[in-house]
Amino acid sequence: METRPVRPGLAAEIAALTGQHLMLVLIALAAASAIALPAGIYIARHPRYRAAALAFTNIVQTVPSLALFGFLIPLPLIGGIGQRTAIIVLVMYALLPILRNTMTGILQVDAAVRESALAMGMTGRQLLREVELPLAAPTILAGLRIAAVTTIGTATIAAAIGAGGLGVFIFRGIATVDSALLLAGAAPAALLAITADGVLEWFERKLSR
Amino acid sequence: MVSFRDVSYDAGGGAVLRNFTLDVKTGETVALLGASGAGKTTALKMVNALVMPSSGGVLVEGRNTREWDPIRLRRRTGYVIQETGLFPHYTVAGNIGLVPRLEGWPADRIRARVDEMLELVSLPPGEFRHRLPRQLSGGQRQRVGVARALAADPPLLLLDEPFGALDPLTRAALQREFVTLTRRLGKTALFVTHDLREALRVASRIALLIDGRLEVLASPGEFVDSPNEGARALVESLEWRLAP
Repeated sequence: METRPVRPGLAAEIAALTGQHLMLVLIALAAASAIALPAGIYIARHPRYRAAALAFTNIVQTVPSLALFGFLIPLPLIGGIGQRTAIIVLVMYALLPILRNTMTGILQVDAAVRESALAMGMTGRQLLREVELPLAAPTILAGLRIAAVTTIGTATIAAAIGAGGLGVFIFRGIATVDSALLLAGAAPAALLAITADGVLEWFERKLSR
Repeated sequence: MVSFRDVSYDAGGGAVLRNFTLDVKTGETVALLGASGAGKTTALKMVNALVMPSSGGVLVEGRNTREWDPIRLRRRTGYVIQETGLFPHYTVAGNIGLVPRLEGWPADRIRARVDEMLELVSLPPGEFRHRLPRQLSGGQRQRVGVARALAADPPLLLLDEPFGALDPLTRAALQREFVTLTRRLGKTALFVTHDLREALRVASRIALLIDGRLEVLASPGEFVDSPNEGARALVESLEWRLAP
């Protein structure tokens, strides 16, 4: 039997997989924001598309993440095994909180404030940039925070389709019934989530001061 | 300055404004008086093209609002509403300097103008310049709202129940200041109110709207003696309240 305490190279592997994990999460969050921010602004202004957009992102959220990874494997172009598929799944999960909070944040802007902005002769773009987005910022950031925390968690499952990240330790730990390995994956992932949560919360508070 | 020509407006749920015709002359303050739902706010919003008439036309400085570039028109029309619509994330100076900034004035000219406007509405600039709207009392907020509307020196002011949410004493003080200010600056103003007393205090002419129709157009002196039923009812309600 292998002895427990000393595992040469484990620290280096933790660092490497944490880095990989962080990459997956950051790319996914950036892509999700690039889609959901403009989409959220759009559905705030066009109520007609609101229900459909929210329903779609909602449905995605209800599909168990492991199954969603599985569904994508056989698909051409967006599917297959590896990081690309994993990122697509993570993006789909991150869409809802960002989309919903962007929309809500903009709709929450006081009607009197919006009306006087228009009456002062602001263009639609100025209204968005100078009034709606700054006032919605704390709410949008709260959505981003939820997306970040859940993406960090969900990304551990990405290892199931060969995308790497801290999930590698977790799956390996499950397969070998080795709780030390499980911890080597779970603890850094939890730490990442707590850090992301704290940092974004700080920004959120700063913005809504 | 402003002409409503046979203006009607129908938002789908019945007419809000019916065949409304009114000429506002340069330098006068016309009160649009009426109960809620009478169409006064709709009429007001037609002047700066926030609402377009269903039929008829509104002329500002002789030009139909449909032909005006709405952005240009709005930047030369001051606008004050009840909840002031001050931007909560801007300081007092940021709010007052908004239209000058949109118009691309240089920073030092905006700063000077902001201070001038604060003086004008009796708020010491040193004390108030850097405050946020939530750090002001209701009366101070309305003063800032008026200062913001005046900042780019528009010839025309639109006011929608601007002092409606204030206590009676602050309200009376602001009404007095408003009259002095518009006279001194030679501004033309349209003033929406449901309060006859306010209309009598601020207006050179009162336009009474009932169910989207112009019922009475008269000077304050004539209005109190008007034989019109709606006008009589308003005047009597006032007398009843003032009775010992």
